[in-house]
Amino acid sequence: MTNVLELRGITKRFPGVVANENVDITLREGKILALLGENGAGKTTLMNILYGLYKPDEGHISVRGKQVEIHGPNDAIAQGIGMVHQHFMLVPVMTVTENVMLGIEPTKNGVFLDREKVAKRIREISDQYGLEVNPNAYIKDLPVGIQQRVEIIKVLYRQADILILDEPTAVLTPQEVEGLFKIIETLIKSGKSIIFITHKLKEVLAVADDITVLRLGRVVGSISPKEATSEKLASMMVGRDVNLVVDKQSAKPGEAVLVVENLFVRDELQHMTVQGVSFEVRKGEVLGVAGVQGNGQTELVYALTGLLPLEGGTIHLLGESIRHTTPRDILERGVAHIPEDRQRHGLILTFPIHDNMMLCTYYKNPFAKGITLQEKPIFSNAEELVRQYDVRTPNIFVNAGTLSGGNQQKVIVAREFSRPIELLIASQPTRGLDVGSIEYIHKQIIKKRDEGTGVLVVSSELDEILALSDRIAVMYKGQIMDILDANKATKEHLGLLMAGIHPSETQISK
Amino acid sequence: MSETATPSKKPNQTRSSLGQELMIPGLAVLTGLIIGAIVIVASGANVFDAYGALFTGSFGSPVKFIEGFQSFFSTGDTGDLIKAIYPFTESLVTATPYIFAGLSVALGFRAGLFNIGAEGQFFIGALCSAFVGYSVKGLPMIVHLPLALLAGALGGALWGMIPGYLKAKFGAHEVVNTIMMNWIAFRLSDWLLSGPMRSSGFRPVTPNVLATAELPRFFPAPLRFNLGFFLALLAAYLVYWFLFKTTTGFEVRSVGANPDAAKYAGMNIVKNLVLVMSMAGALAGLAGSAQVLGVDHWVGQGFSAGYGFDAIALALLGKSHPAGVVMAALLFGFLRSGATDMQSMAGIPIDIISIIQGLVIVFIAAPDIIRWLYRIRSIKTEETVLTRGWGK
Repeated sequence: MTNVLELRGITKRFPGVVANENVDITLREGKILALLGENGAGKTTLMNILYGLYKPDEGHISVRGKQVEIHGPNDAIAQGIGMVHQHFMLVPVMTVTENVMLGIEPTKNGVFLDREKVAKRIREISDQYGLEVNPNAYIKDLPVGIQQRVEIIKVLYRQADILILDEPTAVLTPQEVEGLFKIIETLIKSGKSIIFITHKLKEVLAVADDITVLRLGRVVGSISPKEATSEKLASMMVGRDVNLVVDKQSAKPGEAVLVVENLFVRDELQHMTVQGVSFEVRKGEVLGVAGVQGNGQTELVYALTGLLPLEGGTIHLLGESIRHTTPRDILERGVAHIPEDRQRHGLILTFPIHDNMMLCTYYKNPFAKGITLQEKPIFSNAEELVRQYDVRTPNIFVNAGTLSGGNQQKVIVAREFSRPIELLIASQPTRGLDVGSIEYIHKQIIKKRDEGTGVLVVSSELDEILALSDRIAVMYKGQIMDILDANKATKEHLGLLMAGIHPSETQISK
Repeated sequence: MSETATPSKKPNQTRSSLGQELMIPGLAVLTGLIIGAIVIVASGANVFDAYGALFTGSFGSPVKFIEGFQSFFSTGDTGDLIKAIYPFTESLVTATPYIFAGLSVALGFRAGLFNIGAEGQFFIGALCSAFVGYSVKGLPMIVHLPLALLAGALGGALWGMIPGYLKAKFGAHEVVNTIMMNWIAFRLSDWLLSGPMRSSGFRPVTPNVLATAELPRFFPAPLRFNLGFFLALLAAYLVYWFLFKTTTGFEVRSVGANPDAAKYAGMNIVKNLVLVMSMAGALAGLAGSAQVLGVDHWVGQGFSAGYGFDAIALALLGKSHPAGVVMAALLFGFLRSGATDMQSMAGIPIDIISIIQGLVIVFIAAPDIIRWLYRIRSIKTEETVLTRGWGK
């Protein structure tokens, strides 16, 4: 068996940081190499070096045993290396065919675009690798999973036989992940080699032939999936033992903090995406809201936090209606909100950490006296929170945008937990985070619950819902299918509810 | 920054990045002058004559300074000395409306708004100040002057508030609406100058403002250097204080940097947009007031000379920071003021200054050119949102 790709002694320094230090990586022909590491471990830098977007300070790259210089994506493509980015590089208003041909447009008579030729080739690729897609569909009309297929087709169309998939499952539903794994299998069978970048342990164990773990820019070790366990990989990634199961006692729920009755909400495009939802959250319990993304969870949370108006129904917070009120009023009544999109809502990335740490309370004592901001308490508050919540940052004066995703989330958690709260609304609280940060944030959420706070957790990760919740509500098409006790809920049962099927109904139909 | 005993001081890193931020504009100006020199040579003139005239026209001639002091000490006559400092003070006079108008656009940028309406706000401010200046009679200066300034600020504020309100309430993009407001201001001023506000003379201009409404001058004629310059510096400090030291300023910057996060944090976007556009309008209006009350004492057609549009460049040049705007305005003031001498003494067309200004703006807007030219490593700094998409 030959090594189709070798990276030897790759070192890349940025001012102040070493992103990669003496990294060795080997990809065997026809195999899947999983590159595992926390956010900020240097995975993406390494792949950008391989794809020619960065120039390494030291080290070299060999493709099929031959040392090569890669100065840019075109060189990489010429070597048969193709990359599927985490954030898709597609033009939404163009068709699949147009997106695939973008950059290497074949022409008829030297003037007219030869779409037919490309579409034909796309169909061939589709058939060969099981990548079903309609070449004439517009990207904007396609679900995320299909868009990813288009990205893969783009790479195959350029005749790549070394594929780099950067966090390919981050945006997919569980079903779509299954589909992707099937595609990967087909690709391998037809002789492609794949580097699979991820920080999800289960996926690594499911698909990889070899595993290389990166931490702080260095290779910690390479291991075969046969010898690996989730715990072992997690501790390699984080550098210490990680507790993958959240320790928690059973809940001692008190009276209701939040009562929602027959709620209707329209999204920003005026679609009624929440249709008659009712539930309550009690003191000292975690209510998990499960569901495939896009079933009204986002709008539900926006309505609860005042970011979207109610179309119908009522919300009572601590016994008072919050139907006609502002986000500020809801905050002041003791609601903490960890927003779904931390970079859109949760942080101002161009502001320093100390300003983000008081984003919701800047007008209050001690941060403000009259109309003037008070630097001293603002700084000391940030110092204290950074220490308490272990935010990894050189100081409190750097912009929030310079932090890694996990540390950005810690800033939000620290801020939201630093004021007295009655209700915590956490939306996708650990999306895109590494194992260490997930463990930490889960612990903090349970700690809040045990202090008597009512907690609403919205997540599309079933594992997260099961780990945190005392009761689980499943949303489907804007409605709550059912609310289950967490200790009675099974993954299968929840999975059916998420797909809009009541398990009892299926039994009847049998 | 207050350097009191805070638990943690801002690190030196911040200071060196400030150095970097000053270096790019500095090199941009230098490069602009160098390319300007090439253009001058290409047009067959002598660079040293040209830039010599530019220098003496903007700062004054060192020889004349010495002569001025000599005659002052020997005879007690200040005439020569005043002549010697004339170019320097004229540059400051030119810079005054630039500072006000630049602050106006910079404040808008900080809130994510593109105030192209500074020109119209300038006109309205000037007309309001002129009106109060010539029509209200019998007041002492201590009342009349502030009243005239206030009228200018309010007029400009109204002109800025309208697009601000339209944006906040209906999502109408401020770029379109401020341009519309400019045209309304231009035609309104044409009408006012040819009708209701026209003086009895032959030309379509307003009457002169009363002496009690004039910004006091510090030197005898022909020097026009007046209190307006110091009011502009005060305005710059107040804008800085507002943006960086007050809670409302924090809201404004938050709305500009990330409106979604501002809404999430409970800030009132509508209030802030209207407030910022009103304040920006007031500043541009004061630019007009300072020009009328301090320099011209009357308003005529085509009065502004594009201050409101140059202000956009100033805000860019100054990175939307009040201190940066002041420095940029001084640069423009000195270049513009010196250009007149360059034209009359060295015979270089005044347009060469426009070329240099244009080049400086290009280099500031595309700092990578400067970094590439001088091999400077790039650092990430806070970026100001200039304007967001349509109707958002």
